This record gives sequence, structure tokens and C-alpha cells, in this order.
Amino acid sequence: MHIAVMIKQVPDSTEVKINLETGTLIRAGVPSILNPYDHFALEAALELKKKHDFKVTVISMGPPQAKSVVQLALALGADEGVLLSDMAFAGSDTWATSYALAKGIKKIGKVDIIFSGMQAIDGDTAQTGPGVAQQLGIPQITFCEHVDVDGRRVLARKQIDGGHELQEARPPVLLTMIMGKDYAPKHPSFLAVSGSLKKPFHVWSAADIGAEPQYLGLKGSPTQVNKIYPPPQREKAAMFSGSGQESVEKILEIMKREHFTE
Amino acid sequence: MIEVSKKCIGCSKCVPVCPFAAINMIDRKAVMNEACTLCGACVQVCPVQAITITREEGASRDLSGYKGVWVYVELSETGDKTHPKKIKQVTFELLSAGRRLADELGEELCAVLMTDKDQNYAKELGAYGADKVYMVEHDELFEYNTDIFSTVMVSLVTRHKPSVILYGATIQGRDLAPRVASTLYVGLTADCTALAIKDGLLLQSRPAFGGNIMADILAPNSRPQMATVRPNVMKMGEPVHGRSPLVVRESAKLDRSLRRVKVLERKIAHDAAAVKIENANIIVSGGRGMKTKDKFKQLEELSKLLGGVVGASRAAVDLGFKEKTHQVGQSGTTVSPKLYLSFGISGAVQHIVGMKASDVIIAVNKDPNAPIFNVAKYGIVGDAHEIVPKLTEALKKLKK
Repeated sequence: MHIAVMIKQVPDSTEVKINLETGTLIRAGVPSILNPYDHFALEAALELKKKHDFKVTVISMGPPQAKSVVQLALALGADEGVLLSDMAFAGSDTWATSYALAKGIKKIGKVDIIFSGMQAIDGDTAQTGPGVAQQLGIPQITFCEHVDVDGRRVLARKQIDGGHELQEARPPVLLTMIMGKDYAPKHPSFLAVSGSLKKPFHVWSAADIGAEPQYLGLKGSPTQVNKIYPPPQREKAAMFSGSGQESVEKILEIMKREHFTE
Repeated sequence: MIEVSKKCIGCSKCVPVCPFAAINMIDRKAVMNEACTLCGACVQVCPVQAITITREEGASRDLSGYKGVWVYVELSETGDKTHPKKIKQVTFELLSAGRRLADELGEELCAVLMTDKDQNYAKELGAYGADKVYMVEHDELFEYNTDIFSTVMVSLVTRHKPSVILYGATIQGRDLAPRVASTLYVGLTADCTALAIKDGLLLQSRPAFGGNIMADILAPNSRPQMATVRPNVMKMGEPVHGRSPLVVRESAKLDRSLRRVKVLERKIAHDAAAVKIENANIIVSGGRGMKTKDKFKQLEELSKLLGGVVGASRAAVDLGFKEKTHQVGQSGTTVSPKLYLSFGISGAVQHIVGMKASDVIIAVNKDPNAPIFNVAKYGIVGDAHEIVPKLTEALKKLKK
């Protein structure tokens, strides 16, 4: 089988700040990382590769510097990398992104299983996975914790509200992964990093994947960002530090003041 | 729209791949029926490129005639004869929010319900503000399934043209809504924290970048405008009993072959801890800083004294301190209790987004720079596993 993994480069969201005057994001100096959910998706794919000798191709969409997350995936064990990069993609919302990724996956060729993270930590939408599945006309299983393949059966243990299900689908199918405890994100060795530089890596433009310009970028996106602004500020926490006993007294005092105890 | 050109050789390859059973072979040519959702599965398999799908250009789409605010009704996962499936609380929260939007627009508020068995649900939906209930009752709707439910939703939208649709940002809602949005080529905004009407459009506010910024989103050129909202975000209004909404029964042509994903096994957490923490007024939560499973257990007694429920960070769950059903955060449950008392949780983004809507947060952590102090109202710098037993003793004394 052939597995495609959709990955995204994201700013480390714990470090993103906003410029209060212009209302824009300050991204300078913020480290870019592989979206942690996608890292779990990649590990799930690589485990299947190890077990069944499947081929794993990673695909990402982003500016040229997003190449680094694809390279990381190759160093971790993926066989082939694709980066969709074109100014025409800029400003794409989840619909336009799904459209472009679906086109990119079609160009990769016959793919049996598509993995992605359940969501990316910069947008938290969880929409791109199902969007791509719909564009490709294939079924989806979202919020997966664990995935196995048995012959032509794809078996996924997934979260549902208030519990779990074991679900089965036949390829092609798209699976989105949560950060469960069955997979652990790994770091590549130095040797693997240098070895990965020889692996096939493609950078494709909108024209390369046959994407129609009217469905890309802002023009192709049904949603538009009207305004961004800082979140309503909570007052900074009133801080206290003291001995264990003093801390306990402080907590009791707070709970009384807030009317949780008498 | 979808077109089949003269190139069609009548090979029938497209018929079995259509997820919606929308293709018939008539006079050795593929003909699409109204179940077609323009998903494109047939385009891919056609060996002679005879099928083309053209979508309407954004700006030229006809938006007139789209009216009304819809709420997708979510039912609990399991039910049987003695315990029928219940409407989830998030539905009532959405109806309360939807009511305000509908009033502002001067349009109807409609609930959309898909089930295998109507349990007189309309009454409850009416109590929370629904003017109308679109009821689809069919055996194939016995459990949630992406293919089946999205097919029904798409056909209802196509038939009735609502202006706005709200879904719970639950696992089910986040599976269904993007599939519907993608099919219809309409905007969908996830996890909205505020909804309003601005110049006749749905203004959707949501946090991004782990809550570091807020964004206001519009979808001006497509209808319906769709949004998901997490449970516990919108305030649920008081029910007004005795209002009976108009019930519109809708038929659906569904059969098992639409179901491409099968459920082999379902496990529902029977202590329903996840449900309990979702609705708890007081949560006493612990993280890695509780050090051991035994120390973590002390939180049980403390939470009992306060009349609360125990929550856990992902780290605590991963370390086996507590069952996953108690996990608070992005990959657990979103909570908004009156009091959130946390011990030894540093506050990874994924945890914070799940609890920061709490009214009062008191955080205890050893590290004075722990991110949890950025959302807490009160921060105590100290050793959680030392403070917990002492606080428990002190509260016991207080009770006497």
C-alpha cells in the first residue's frame, strides 16, 4: 500500500504575540515546528511502513521554508516528500487548502491511506482532513488514536464523545490522528538527517497539480478574516508564594473571598 | 454543476464509486441524479475524462432565498428501548445563541434532527427556542456515520436554503460540518466563542494560535454560513415549556451501501466522567506535579470536600494517574466550571484552551513562570503534592 501523510509547518503557538497597534501577528523570532498532531500521524504511518513495508509519502503546503518539516519527515523515515508552494495558495482558508492538497495527492498517484493530524495548533480547526477526504470522494475516520491494517481492512480506534469506537474501512480512506499514547514523536539521528537529503523531494506549483486559480488563495476561500485582535485580557494572576502552610491559608482565604467556602 | 460529455463510453466504472448512489446508466451513458453532491469521486475514475464538474464562481453565486438559522441537533451516542438517546446540552446552548441571531435577522430558528426513532424531541427543542424542527426519521440513522449524515444534511440544505447553520464543536460536529462545508463549497468557522450579526452577515469570533489572538471571520459570498461552537461556550437560556414548534418531516433515501465506514465495537465510559466534568461547577485538577498515582488520588478526597469533580492534565493521564475520561483540554473535555483548582499543572496550550473559560482559576505550581499563571486569577507558587494533603486537612477541620 501507499500512504500519504499531510503535514503542516506551524509557529510554536505558545510563543506567538500580537502587535497591538497594527493588530497583526508578530511571527519574527517565533520558532516553526512540525504541527504536533501531524507528528503523531507521521509516526502512525511509519509504524505501518515498518510492519507492512508500505511506502510513505509526505505532503505539505506552505511557503518555501516549509520544506524543513518535509525534510524532517524524510529524516524520520518517510520515503518521498512533496511541498506545494506557490503564491497562488496564499490566504487559502480550509476549503481552498483542502482543494489544493487533494489536487496534490491526486498527482502523487494511487494512494491507499491518507493520514493527517486531527488539527493544526495554529488554527485548531480540524477541517482540512475531512475537506480533503470529501474533495477526493473517499471516506474519513477522524479523531483516531490507533490504526492497524489487516489485509485490505483499515482498522482505527477512534474517540467519540464519551467513549471509543473501533471502526473499519476499505482503502482509500483518510484518517486524522489525535495525540494518543500509542505513538510517540521521535527525533531523527544525525545520520538519518544527512541520509534524508538523498530522498526524492518535489516542489509543485498550482499549475503542476492542475489546480484552478479561482479555487485558490483568498479568491477561492469562502471565509475571510475580517479583523484580528488581542483576546480580552484577563488580569494577571495575583501571585503568592510562601511555605506550604501559608499557601494553604492563602487558598482558603481566596475560596472564602470567592464564596466557595463559608 | 456536473456534466457528462459525449466521450462517455458507458463503462459503468463510475457507478460503484459514487458514495451517494447518484449515478444511473441510461442508454449506455452515465446520468447523475439529484443525490449528486459534486464530490468528484466519479471524475477520478472515468477512464476517458468524460465527467466534468464546474463550480459557481464565488462572487456570482446567487445568495437570495437563503433564510433562517439552523441548529444541528446532536443526540447522545447510545440508547436502547428503556434509555432513549438524549439531546446533548450543546444543542440547547446553540439554540439559545441561534435564537438571538434569528431574532436579529427577523428569520426563523430551525432545529435539524436525524434519528432512527423520534422520542418527542420537538417539544424540548421548542422549549429552547426552535420555531421549526426538520425531522428526518430513518432506520439508517441509528448511529452517527459521516457518509449518511452528511448526505442528509447536504440534501436538506439544498432543498431549504438556510442562511446560517450552527453545529456543536464536538467530535461528531467536527466530523460532520467540514464534510458538509466542503461539499457545498461554503465557509465554516471552527470553535467560535462569539456570534453576532453584522450588516446581515454572521460575524464569527474565534481564538487562534492557541488563544493568543482573536479573529473575526465572515463568509460574505456563500450560503449557508456555517460555524461550530464548543460545548459550555454559549449560555443556555431558560426553557419555556409549552411552545410547540412546527415539525416538518423530511424523507431520505438511504441504504446501507452509503456507509463506507463500519463500527465494529463501541465502548462508552459508563461512569460518564467526561459528562460529569463537562457540567461540573467545581473541578479539582492535577498534573504531572502530583508526582505519583497515589498522591494524585488525594485529589479525590479534596474534590469531594468541595463538592467537585476530579480533572487531569494530559500528562497526568499519560502517566496513568487518572483515566482519560477525566482529561481536560483540547484532546480531552472543554470545561467552564465556577472554580478550577489546579495542582501541579504547568499549563500546556492544549490544556489551557480546555479550561480557560472557567470563572475562577486558582493554580498551584512550583514554577513561577508556568503558563497556567497567565490564565489563572490566583497563582500559588508551591509544591502541589505538599499543599494538597494540608489543604484537605484544613478543609476537613473547617467542615467540623
